[in-house]
Formats: sequence, structure tokens, C-alpha cells
Amino acid sequence: MKGTSLRKLGLALAGPVLAILVAFVVTSIVLLLAGDPVVAVWTQLLTAPRPRLVVAIINGASVYYLSAIAVAIGFRMNLFNIGVDGQYRVAAFAAAVFAGQGWLPGWLNIFVSLLIAMLAGGLWAGIAGWLKVTRGVSEVISTIMLNAIATGLVSYFLFQVADSTTGSNVTNTKLLPTASRVPGFALIPGTPNKVYGFVLLSMLVGVAYWVVLNKTRFGFDLRATGRSETAAVASGVDVKRMVLIAMLLSGATAGLVGMPLLFGQDFSYGTTFQPGLGFAGIAIALLGRNNPIGIAFGALLWSYLEQQSNGLQITVGVSSELVFIIQGVIVLAVVIAYEVVRRAGLRMEQHSVARQLSDQPDFPTAEGLPV
Amino acid sequence: MANKDVTFSARRGTVHAIVGENGAGKSTLMKILYGAQRADEGTISVDGAVLSLHSPSDAIDAGIGMVFQHFMLADNLTVLENVVLGAEKRHGIADRARAEIERISAEYGLNVHPDDLVADLGVGIRQRVEILKVLYRGAKILILDEPTAVLVPQEVDELFDNLRELKSEGLTVIFISHKLDEVLSLADSITVMRRGITVSTVDPKSVTARQLAELMVGSELPSPSTEESTVTDRPVLTISDLTLAGAGGPDVVKDVSLTIRAGEVLGIAGVEGNGQAELVEAIMGMRDPSAGRILLEDTDISDWHTREIREAGVGYIPEDRQRHALLLGAPLWENVMLGHQTQKPNVRGIWVDAAGAKAATERIAAEYDVRTPSILVTAHSLSGGNQQKLIVGREMSHSPRVLIAAHPTRGVDVGAQAAIWEQIKKARREGLAVLLISADLDELVGLSDTIRVILRGQLSGEFDPDVVTAEDLGAAMTGAG
Repeated sequence: MKGTSLRKLGLALAGPVLAILVAFVVTSIVLLLAGDPVVAVWTQLLTAPRPRLVVAIINGASVYYLSAIAVAIGFRMNLFNIGVDGQYRVAAFAAAVFAGQGWLPGWLNIFVSLLIAMLAGGLWAGIAGWLKVTRGVSEVISTIMLNAIATGLVSYFLFQVADSTTGSNVTNTKLLPTASRVPGFALIPGTPNKVYGFVLLSMLVGVAYWVVLNKTRFGFDLRATGRSETAAVASGVDVKRMVLIAMLLSGATAGLVGMPLLFGQDFSYGTTFQPGLGFAGIAIALLGRNNPIGIAFGALLWSYLEQQSNGLQITVGVSSELVFIIQGVIVLAVVIAYEVVRRAGLRMEQHSVARQLSDQPDFPTAEGLPV
Repeated sequence: MANKDVTFSARRGTVHAIVGENGAGKSTLMKILYGAQRADEGTISVDGAVLSLHSPSDAIDAGIGMVFQHFMLADNLTVLENVVLGAEKRHGIADRARAEIERISAEYGLNVHPDDLVADLGVGIRQRVEILKVLYRGAKILILDEPTAVLVPQEVDELFDNLRELKSEGLTVIFISHKLDEVLSLADSITVMRRGITVSTVDPKSVTARQLAELMVGSELPSPSTEESTVTDRPVLTISDLTLAGAGGPDVVKDVSLTIRAGEVLGIAGVEGNGQAELVEAIMGMRDPSAGRILLEDTDISDWHTREIREAGVGYIPEDRQRHALLLGAPLWENVMLGHQTQKPNVRGIWVDAAGAKAATERIAAEYDVRTPSILVTAHSLSGGNQQKLIVGREMSHSPRVLIAAHPTRGVDVGAQAAIWEQIKKARREGLAVLLISADLDELVGLSDTIRVILRGQLSGEFDPDVVTAEDLGAAMTGAG
């Protein structure tokens, strides 16, 4: 079946490549209409990033990756967890408050803080899961609401616990003890900046995601529910339980999103903590097609575009918000492209099955059956 | 290639039947005629004019209309709204359209009322709404894809009367089926397809059902022989006073009691929607009974979960294979795991045993004659008959004690049907207890040791399949008896 797997790979790549091409064309048209220098913009965006930016790209991607995996867990079960954004902020805040106290020594403090983040994120998502299971509330609605509540709640408590000794007008939690900061790796030569140590955490989560979904009974049940809830029920899956577990897992993973930032860069949770990571996760999960490798590429692309666009304003005088247009078009195009490619793949498979069957010389007929 | 050198012509004012096994290419041919798929070679002409059909709207412009096997009606809309949907330009959406619907209904004796809510309509009348929809769009050639699969005998007769009416008005009907007796009674000419090729076109007056079947399968048929009873006195599945409350309405299943012994096939006949589906779902643990008990041998399984019931050895062939028995987008070997994803050889501990499941799938594909080039293709790419053989094979592979089989051969061709029947008979000889629910009376009579009829959620007394007539059963099914 070598031909089949090659074809599958080709089809899998066709979607994103098509989407990126469309984004390229659409963005160029927008630039032309606005009278901006098309070539200069693409030159800026497509020149090889400097070492400092490479580090920033990898760091950004490691955070996006976690967010996208959290969303993908829900997607695999037809759950649309829009609440990753609220979940990671609640979780990062809880973990930051705990870790800042320094009750536990060094790495133990980090480890327990991670657990607290997962617990907080999981519980926050669990509210939506519980509402869906017991009351039939769509998780789309409840997670959006919970995002808003999370924003309010975290701001309120942040003010309560704010560390007033910093003396600046930025409100944040107590800084982590030095022993509980995760050291970075000096991976990229030519810059003093380091790659987050928690890049490893992202990789670990990616591997765990793949193993659990594809290699375990639980993953089979989850995927079956995503493909066809009715068939899953008939096969003995307790769908309500699966919804709850999937939301808890998605939320727990969302809880990890802020961790590379907390332990590798900010060392506290404050009003400047990076927002909007949850929504980027949705886009990247779509782009990466819920596939752990695909998502890694998606996260890198997202981060790359963001870092490369920073210089646009200075070098060519075009607002760096242009990158949002590119990202938006990519997501829109990718959703359409995947559907087109999916249908084409289905047709190709049906054709090839029919062709291979008609090429076979003789079928065993009814009499040939074991009786 | 799904179709190869297909040639046939249908005359105006006739019913032209196309028969063939599932996977013989009938559906592909229909898609081509309806413009949903393009042919690589060859031509289609209507009244001598060669057509190029790029889309269903081209087909309808050429006067070709399609009535699908699965109805495409919106339940929450009225007949009128359903008919005008997508054809608003023809006669508007109000009084002009209503008058036109009434005219068509009267002209062809369809007895369709424009202001009825589709949700309130039975299967037979829904089908007539589908036909009317096509006529409303100006079709002169109607293609019907296995229209009788969902109908009870009385409704089939009504449909045939309607079709004869259409034909006498000068319309052409292309009728796809694999129910040979129906084809023989209705069609003016029959084209047989086999593996994508039109084998021959025959005159129904000069062939027997058996000859036709042999043309379809391409060889002589195994003759179904009556068998010795294998019924033992060991009850395997006992249901007592089972009641299921309806959603706000009357009970959908009421005081049902039955016993199936090892080696026994208990057949349940009934017009669809009389509680069969609910009864099956209650046995499988997908619905909670409001009263009554279900015993598997001596164990009360009434409040067990579906998974426990399946693990305890209850095999399940659901009525709607696409919705309940398959993951269409998943490869065949994952489909073989479905429903048995906690059992060997599919899993080892908490881990999926892909090698074990794939080996089991290879074996099932070979033993049950599932025609596929590979076990890695998706279930979607198989024909209905092959999907069903895969499901039967999967359920039988776990040596069930009880098999709950709902319409096990619905929409399945003659060859696959014979194979599935043979598997059920074989398992019965080995002591399997089978609950068989079917709309096909021949199937019920041929396989069952005992037949009971379900009407409005209640079971009738027992019928002996050796002596019961279709009229007796029909009377019990409609409550006329």
C-alpha cells in the first residue's frame, strides 16, 4: 500500500500549502489596494530571521503548541473548547501565586506548580464539561462566558495578592524564587537569548497527546466519539463521561500554556502576561489538523509571522497588524482547503477501491463461502 | 472502475429496472445519470439529444429527477415548504406553488397534502413527497434508488400503483432494486449489472426470479434449504414485562416478555416505528427501561451499561449501519475494533493492539467475503453489502451468546444476503440465541424458529413460521387481525 500512503501524505500537505498560497495572494492584493510596497513587505517577512528572532520564534511556538494541543484534544471529540484562553490565565495565575510563595524547594516547587496549573485549567474547563453533560449547555457558549469570567476573576484576585514591593505601576504576583526558575538552553549561536527550558514540556505534551490518542483504548473511544457519536454509543462508549474527561484533559493541557512564560521569562503573573494565546491555539489546531507534527509546524509558522512582522513598521512603514490579515486568511483558506482536499481524497479512494476490485480476476462467489 | 461499458436504453412511458448486487455499480451509474459524478467516457442522451451533465441542476433541466433511498426532507417544514425549497423560481413559494402541488398530486394519484407537516407523515407518504418534489421540478424521467427498502408490503403495493400511474402518463421510470420479485412484477424491461458492466437486458415476462438472480451473481445460487430445528431448552435471553416510557407520550414498548433459547432464532415482524428500535436499544443498554427485567442466562442485565452487555457476549447488528455500526471515515481495521474495543485481540491492557486487530480484520475480510483491496481503506469506500458483511463478521468473531440482529440484510444484495443468512444459521446450530428484527417477511420466515409481531410497542402471540402466511402476519402487523 505504498502508493496509498504516499497519496495520503500528498493530500495532507496539499491543504496547508494551498492555504498559504492563497494567503500570499490575498495579502498581496490587500497591500496593492492600500498602495503599500508589496515586494518590500514580503522581503521583510521572508528574509532569514536573525538569531535573536529565531530564539523568539521557537519560544513563541512552544507556547502556541501547548495551546493548540489543548484545543485539538477537544476537536478530536467534536468539542469546541474556545475557553483555552480563560483556562490558561486562571491556571497561570494559580500557579504563579503558589510558586511565588516558595513554600517548596526549587524543582519540587516547579513540579507542584505545574500540577496546580493543570488542576486549575482542568477544573475551569470542567465547569463547561459538567454543564454540557448535565444541562446540555453547548460548550461553545459556556467556554466563551467562562473566558469573560476568568478575565474578571483573575484581575480581581491579582489586585488582592499583588506584590506591592516592586514599586512599578505593573501589578503582578510575587516573583518566583531564583531556584524555581527554569533555565533556558543556549541553542542558537550568535545571541545571548536562550530557548525556554520548557520547550521540552511542549514536546512531552505532544508525544503524550499522540500516544494517548492513537495507541490507547481510551484514545480509540475518544476518536470514535468524535467521528460518530451514535456509533460510539452503540459500541459501548459512555459519551457523557467522555465529554467530561475530554474537557478536563483539554483544560489541564490549557493550564500548561502559560508555564513556559511563567517559569522561563516573566517569573510572575501580572497585567502584562501575554494574552490571546487561547485563540491562536484554535487557529493553529485547525492549521495543523489536530496532528501533533502538523501543529508543531503551525505553531512555528504563527510565531515566525509574528516575529518577522515586528520590523515591518520600521523598515517599510507598514503596520505590523498586517500579520493578522495573513493569519486570518490562512485559517479561512485552510478550513476550505481541507474540506476540498478531504472530498477529493474520498473520491480518489472510492475510485481506487472500485478499480482494484474490478482488476481482480475472480471473486469467491456465494458458494465459495465457508458454511 | 465502478462502471465500464454500461449500455442501456429506456423507452418513454415504461418502467425500466436496473438490478445488480451491491457494489455492482448501480449507485455510480445513478450518480452519473444525475450529474453528481462525471463519466470518463460514453454518452447519455434523452430523446436522441446527447447531454453533458455537470451537476444535478443540469440533470433536472434535462428532465431527469432522482428520488434517493434516504429521504432528503426537512421534518420541521411542511410538504409545501419542502417541495419549493431550492425551486422557488418555478411557482413561487405560496399559493401558486400550493396549487401546482395539488395539481400534480391529483394528476398522478399521489394523495399528498401541501400543508401537512413532514414530521407527522409516514414513510410511504414521505416517499411520495420525494416523488412529487422531482415532478414539481419538471422531471420526465424519474430515477428511484431502491425505493422499496424502507416500505412494508402494503406500502410497496401503493408505490407500485403510483409508478404505474406515472408511466401511463408518459413518464419514464428507472427503478433500481435488488428485490427480484418486485422488479419482475413492475418493470417492462430489466437491465442486469454485474461488477460495473451491464450484463444483459431482459424481458421480465421471459425470465424467472432465479434466472435473474443467477445473471446478477454470475453463477448458480446456493439453494436455501429448510433445516432441522436446533432449539434447546436452555433460555439465554429472557425479557419479562419490559416497558419503555415514550417522550411525553404513550409507552413505546409495553409489557414485552420473551424468551430466546440457545439455538433459537426469534423473529420479530412489524411495521417500522412500532417499538422495535427501542426494544433493541433497551436490550443493548442504550435506553433505560422504566419497568421490567432483562436476563442474560441467569444474570439481570437491565441496568448494565452497553459496554458490559457487549463484553458479556451480546452481539449487535444495528438497524442503521452507517449511524450505529461504523466509523465511516476510519479504516476497516478500526471498524472491526468498534464495539469490541475492550476485548482481545483488539487491545492488550490499556493499549490498542493494532497488529491483532489488523490480523482479525484480514481474517474477517477473507472468511466473510468482504470485497476490499485492503483493510486500510475507509469504511466509506466499501459498498453497503460489503460494509454489512464486515459488521456481521465482526460480531460473530467474538463468539456471542446472543445476537441482536436488526434488519441484518437491509440494502444488501443477493449474494451478501445469502452469506449473512448462512452465517446466522451456522451460529444458531452452534447454540447461538438470535433476536431477529426484520421488515423482510421472507427473511423472517426463512430464518426464524418462532415469529412474533410487534404493534404499538406490544408483542403478539407466537406464530409458527412453517405454517404462517404473509396475510396472517400482515394482519397482525397492522392490527387488522
